[in-house]
Amino acid sequence: MLTLTSSLLVRMHQHLLGGYPREACGIMIGQETYDGAQQSGKIVHDLVLVSNAWEVESEREGLRNRYLISPEDVARADREASQRGLDIIGFFHSHPDHPARPSETDREFAWPNVSFVIVSVEAGQVVDTRSWVLRDDRSAFDEEPITGS
Amino acid sequence: MSVTVRIPTPLRPYTGGKKEVSAQSGDVEGVLSALTQSYPDLRRHLFTEQGVLRSFVNVYLGDEDVRFLNGPKTPVPDGAQLSIVPSVAGGVPQ
Ligand SMILES: [Zn+2]
Repeated sequence: MLTLTSSLLVRMHQHLLGGYPREACGIMIGQETYDGAQQSGKIVHDLVLVSNAWEVESEREGLRNRYLISPEDVARADREASQRGLDIIGFFHSHPDHPARPSETDREFAWPNVSFVIVSVEAGQVVDTRSWVLRDDRSAFDEEPITGS
Repeated sequence: MSVTVRIPTPLRPYTGGKKEVSAQSGDVEGVLSALTQSYPDLRRHLFTEQGVLRSFVNVYLGDEDVRFLNGPKTPVPDGAQLSIVPSVAGGVPQ
């Protein structure tokens, strides 16, 4: 279960719409919740909006349907989170004119335990928002529910 | 003698929930490989099947990305702090 308030969701959507028709991305910081020793969910406290580092490197190759969050941005978000007693709990990115399901490339470069929110944007409008978690053995993603509060 | 390794959220389930663990000092590659001996479930997330560090695993010695030092051969002195920083990428089919 991923808890994401509507105001954070609006901010996320605005950032991703701003990147359309290219993929855009960002980092979610917040807290994990536990049921005993087992993680039971995550609560998003804030978003760190980043620029898609892929464009700089690969635009000239004509590959626009990719996203890359640079280690510098992750390290910066991590410092910001730990100053506030929080952690990086996930990442988000858009799928312009594609469904909000993870691609094979998404799986290859993802991490377990954290949430991967994918927002489908079609013709400049958000049509779907889904959250996914990579399995321990990296074989596939499982969808997790998103709740507003 | 040992060094401290900071474990990012995605990898904490494989270190029993610990945010920091200690490992034997050495070079970056040596420290990480010692780490995966103590915590074998970390291995598939840090190294490819060929035993090469995954390209989206970034390692910082203090505040410095080891890519700008000596990469996997960067020495990690006793008492130093190594951080594993996950970058992410993906894309929709072309
Ligand atoms: Zn994707």
